[in-house]
Amino acid sequence: MISFRIVKRAPLPNWAKVVIPIIAILVTLILSAIPILIARGNLWKSYYYLFYGALGTRFNLLETFVKASPLTFTGLAVAFAFRAKFWNIGAEGQLLAGAIVATWIGISFNGFSPFVLIPIILIAGFIAGGIWASIPALLKTKLRADDVVTTLLLNYVMIHFMGTLLFGPLQQPGSSWPRSPEIVEAAKYPILLARSRFHLGIPLALLAVIAVWFINKKTVLGYQTKAVGVNIRAAHFGGINTTSVIVKTALISGGLAGLAGVGEVCGIQYHLLMDLSPGYGYSGIVIAMLGNLHPVGVFFAALFFSVIIVGAQSMSRMTGVPTYIAEVIQGLALIVMLIAILFTEFKIKVVRK
Amino acid sequence: MIRQIFEISFITGLLGATMRMATPIIFATLGEIITERAGVLNLGIEGTMLMGAMTGFLVTMSTGSLWFGVLMAAVVGMLLALLMAFLAVYLGLSQHVSGLGITLFGTGLAMFIYRLHFGSPTVPPTVQPFKEVAIPLLSKIPILGEGIFVQYSLTYISWIMIPVVAILLYKTHIGLKIRVVGENPFAADTVGVNVNLTRTLSLVAGGAFMGVGGAFLTLAHQNMFLIDVVGGRGWVSIAMVIFGNWDPLKGALGALLFGFLDGFQLRLQALGFHIPFHLFLMIPYLLTIIALISVSRRAVIPAGLLKPYRREEKGG
Repeated sequence: MISFRIVKRAPLPNWAKVVIPIIAILVTLILSAIPILIARGNLWKSYYYLFYGALGTRFNLLETFVKASPLTFTGLAVAFAFRAKFWNIGAEGQLLAGAIVATWIGISFNGFSPFVLIPIILIAGFIAGGIWASIPALLKTKLRADDVVTTLLLNYVMIHFMGTLLFGPLQQPGSSWPRSPEIVEAAKYPILLARSRFHLGIPLALLAVIAVWFINKKTVLGYQTKAVGVNIRAAHFGGINTTSVIVKTALISGGLAGLAGVGEVCGIQYHLLMDLSPGYGYSGIVIAMLGNLHPVGVFFAALFFSVIIVGAQSMSRMTGVPTYIAEVIQGLALIVMLIAILFTEFKIKVVRK
Repeated sequence: MIRQIFEISFITGLLGATMRMATPIIFATLGEIITERAGVLNLGIEGTMLMGAMTGFLVTMSTGSLWFGVLMAAVVGMLLALLMAFLAVYLGLSQHVSGLGITLFGTGLAMFIYRLHFGSPTVPPTVQPFKEVAIPLLSKIPILGEGIFVQYSLTYISWIMIPVVAILLYKTHIGLKIRVVGENPFAADTVGVNVNLTRTLSLVAGGAFMGVGGAFLTLAHQNMFLIDVVGGRGWVSIAMVIFGNWDPLKGALGALLFGFLDGFQLRLQALGFHIPFHLFLMIPYLLTIIALISVSRRAVIPAGLLKPYRREEKGG
């Protein structure tokens, strides 16, 4: 009889870490043919419009970068938290926390120059997301409440809190829709390229990639988060204040997610809306995993995802395949990437009995 | 308006709503308890429930049979559980991330299939949902009877399942296997229990419960499929498992507590309290977190939870 065993393998060379996500993406795209075929979409036409819709014209290409901005922020947020094994599944709520504060400042702070107002909004949005994320971190460290569950449930608390505000104090006067007034001109991100929505949030996302890379590689906190993630007990006995590290991790993680929300309000919508985020916080989880929790990986994974999201629109228009194909592909990508990561650490051995 | 809260019709209505809103949570909580008792945290619960909700609705729509819809929802729940078993049990991947992967995949797939079948109509299609069944005699008890014993059949089934799962876990040989595998897989392996198979079967059983819990939402609680129909109830169920200390009876009590909070906000809305209804929607989630915190310090987690079992890594 033949059976299979999963056994540890020797560490792979560095180039494999780049090649494996690419293989995972290719496998995902191949597997995506199944739902496309079920939807009676013509395969070649579907893939063609998926990529043409995302990269084919100047406007579409820039739209892909626009979408990649919030995805990079939430991806970094999740990756930074997961690195310390703080299971922050709450990026969606933290994003909204940042968006709410950005809106509040954006509609109530009059008479400031953008050079003052935008930094204020960025800092406030970062802090709002960070504080919202630090609640589950404190509950985890002080009261041993499971972080997966609390971060998830807090998403719903924040969504309904936003609903309360949008039907109450933040509602546009005279309107019956859950929608805030428009933020002032000075609070809007400048558009950096004409005839597009390419806004300040995109270079900011790149800066965030560099900042997270710097924290991870060059600071004590970066070392400590990694140590806590690898073995929290060992880190504790090694003299690291693990509570403080987890709370700091949460502050930064939530803050990054908050900046995604700031960007959506100040760069795209200029209003606060109930459907501000089509699940960027949850996509962040997949992006973090696809990027192997590495900030540069996260950036490329976010780009790949925005290609899928933007491209799915035109694919749907041209072939009739529902746009939700983007969500299916995201789910598939995570599962495939998980399996791919497994094969970087383990190999399957055939055992003859 | 405040006076109305103390009127009998309100209390009857609240009891009824409590039982209704608790039903999907009871199913999902029981399913997750079986799964976690075997040592696997299934975070695929939210996506599994949504797939169950969509499948139940779609199958009922096309066959006209509500019970066939429920059955197929259970089957789909089992299939997603098998995928979870492949990832988290046989490949030994992180249970956290595998489960989230199942949820993302299930959520996307549910919405994709729904759109494929129904397009994007302005008025969502509806089914003829389950009707409430009054239990003879019991439903005649003043105040309580009408509230508690006039329910959907699925609600009664969920109540029956509470002792069934408890007996399965505590009084049967299978239950003993499940618990040993969840507490100490190495010991279980030594005495000849197939750890991975037991975990897989527990996942599959749990997946069926989750699927049925989802189907209740589209075939009884509502008569249509909306994208946010599950709305975090899977995550609430995970919290209830911890709240109930991995015990079916206590978990179900937690589910009733959530049902009460959810029912209360629904009844208040029905009374025409037009204070922000989102504030009411928030309360059940907030109180679930508080309930979770209140028990977390003394929670006794199955010792083998989250740990993949590989023979070579004995003691690891």
